[in-house]
Amino acid sequence: MTATEGTTRLVEGPGMLLVWLYGVMSVGAVSRSIYQIATEFDRAPLAYALSAVAAVVYAFITYTLVRGGETARRAALVCCAAELVGVLTVGTWTLVDPSAFPDATVWSDYGYGYIFIPVLLPVTGIWWLRRSRASVKVGSGK
Amino acid sequence: MLDALTVAVSVAALALAAWCGFAFFRDQPTKDWHFIGMAVVTLLALVQVVVGIVQLSRGEKAEEGTTIFVAYLLGALCAVPAAGFMSLAERSRWGSATVAAGAIVLAVLEVRLHDIWTVG
Repeated sequence: MTATEGTTRLVEGPGMLLVWLYGVMSVGAVSRSIYQIATEFDRAPLAYALSAVAAVVYAFITYTLVRGGETARRAALVCCAAELVGVLTVGTWTLVDPSAFPDATVWSDYGYGYIFIPVLLPVTGIWWLRRSRASVKVGSGK
Repeated sequence: MLDALTVAVSVAALALAAWCGFAFFRDQPTKDWHFIGMAVVTLLALVQVVVGIVQLSRGEKAEEGTTIFVAYLLGALCAVPAAGFMSLAERSRWGSATVAAGAIVLAVLEVRLHDIWTVG
């Protein structure tokens, strides 16, 4: 919507669904982090800090997707990769050392609490962002 | 009352998800009838917000806390309309997919709302 002529529009077709899911995850993760950090941070500082990181990543990716353009596309791609690494690391960490996490994070058990959306989303995101570049290269120019 | 509403909203949301999922499958954008369906689901969610707040004001307590309960009520109210507006901007099958995803999110929120309200 904010994209001007000649820039890569990322919110079209499957991108719309992607932006919706990222938007939902952003709202969910941000509100959850604010609430937990404000009320009971001491109970599980590591878990809540990691949730906050996840929230920032989701919000940033949502913003770049909506903004569109080549720079935003690259930034989103980097963030999706970081997100995937984050989900896999935190997911494995929570399984290997549950005692470090008195409470769940957004990325615990590979996003089990969010019907595995956290692990599926970055994969879909990377696919979509790479595909968007490919369509520009072909020069369809739409 | 709240329990019945939670079930009603969940069933309506899943029906909407199936309907819009079907539109996606048939390669169609959302149409007027879909928007009427979204309006019905949203209306149910709005009634749920009102009933929920009335219950709280009567002194009943949500098991996991008032803040979380109200936040989920508002989230449930916004989910389908937000997806609906996005499907207005995306006049293709993917707009239908977005609304279907929104309705599924609403159904999940309803399950959480039930947990948040109920002791146990």
